[in-house]
Amino acid sequence: MQAASDAPAHPTYSPEVRHLLFDYVVQLADTSLVLGHRLSEWCGHGPVLEQDLAMANIALDLLGETRSLYQYAAELEGQGRTEDDLAFLRVATDYRNPLLVEQPNGDFAHTVVRQFLFDNFHYHFLQRLQASPDAALAAIAEKSVKEAAYHLKWSAEWIIRLGDGTEESRQRIEKAIHKLWRYAGELTTPTPTEQALQDLGIIPQYSDLQSSMAAYTAQVFAEATLPVPQNVPSQLGGKQGRHSEYLGYLLAELQYMQRTYPGLKW
Amino acid sequence: MTNKLIANDQQLTTTIWQLLENVSDPEVPVLSILDLGIVRDVRVAGEEVHITITPTYSGCPAMNTIATEIRLQLLAEGIQNVTIHNQLSPAWTTAWLSQAGREKLAAYGIAPPQNDTATGHMLKLFGQDTAVPCPLCQSANTHLVSQFGSTACKALYQCDDCHEPFDYFKCH
Repeated sequence: MQAASDAPAHPTYSPEVRHLLFDYVVQLADTSLVLGHRLSEWCGHGPVLEQDLAMANIALDLLGETRSLYQYAAELEGQGRTEDDLAFLRVATDYRNPLLVEQPNGDFAHTVVRQFLFDNFHYHFLQRLQASPDAALAAIAEKSVKEAAYHLKWSAEWIIRLGDGTEESRQRIEKAIHKLWRYAGELTTPTPTEQALQDLGIIPQYSDLQSSMAAYTAQVFAEATLPVPQNVPSQLGGKQGRHSEYLGYLLAELQYMQRTYPGLKW
Repeated sequence: MTNKLIANDQQLTTTIWQLLENVSDPEVPVLSILDLGIVRDVRVAGEEVHITITPTYSGCPAMNTIATEIRLQLLAEGIQNVTIHNQLSPAWTTAWLSQAGREKLAAYGIAPPQNDTATGHMLKLFGQDTAVPCPLCQSANTHLVSQFGSTACKALYQCDDCHEPFDYFKCH
């Protein structure tokens, strides 16, 4: 079968813009790949069967998005690298996912908070990305936004259940929020590459997303009877290749087969 | 090409659409890929056949199997030069499920999608879940167990009358 996403015709980019876009599309793909991988680690270990299934399903949706993105990136690069080469054969410092998604699963509360922070951004971002003049990105966004809506509903409802739940669930979610909130800001802090693409109008301005995201957080946290953390400094670096130790271990597992048996095929 | 085939492009296109009816969804074998609405275009240009399909969900693992099945069906009729294109936009929606497809789903024990309109309602938290009649006993007393079921496209419900769990093909 041809590429899972034959990218529709898109504007002819200058080499500089093409390079910027390649870096950015790889960043998006790395993000969904790493988060999808983290969620897949729950498979068989979920707290109850239905949530085990839910997390595996969300992971599958994210990995589908990842494939479309890597395929588009490979096409933009035009040097014969495939989606598998990009996913499995790069070193940790070449990955561009934000720090949030490489954080370990921890307990279910940690996974829910990490997921909510990501989904709140992802859903609002994809909604606007549908309007991108880049037809391939717009098509991927149009496809993925419907799935992202289900993910956000899942994570938001769990924030509420855990926050407005038992004494134990509340302790756990407060701990998770305290641990993870510092990673939220990176999602909407543009790197030079993102700023350049925003200036070109190819991707949405993150500043446009922030009020919708904040309003949604306020609404969900109010119902969860949880305070929204204020003035938390953001830990940055993932999008520029400065990762935590966690990513190394994650990639060691993710890349093991491809690196041990180069060129293996199913 | 074998002498089973018709030389004319238009007639070949019609033949191919008929052959594709035999390709079923590997997860829900009562449904053909035409029932699902995932075949978007069939184009014949001389010796070349181009088929455009679209995935139901981004990560749907059945798409590779479906593409292989398409090739095998056409190969059995001597059609070899087949290119399968994957198209993401316009995005697949349950609105493209044929009426026949919906009936086949229900007969198979999977509740067909109720309401295919915009997904804005999805963000309504703890909102009233879509009311889905039980495909086994037709009771209206059912409840949602999880939005995520055995495959990406299905949610899990349970009937409060016959107590059987059943799959619901989610609106998308």
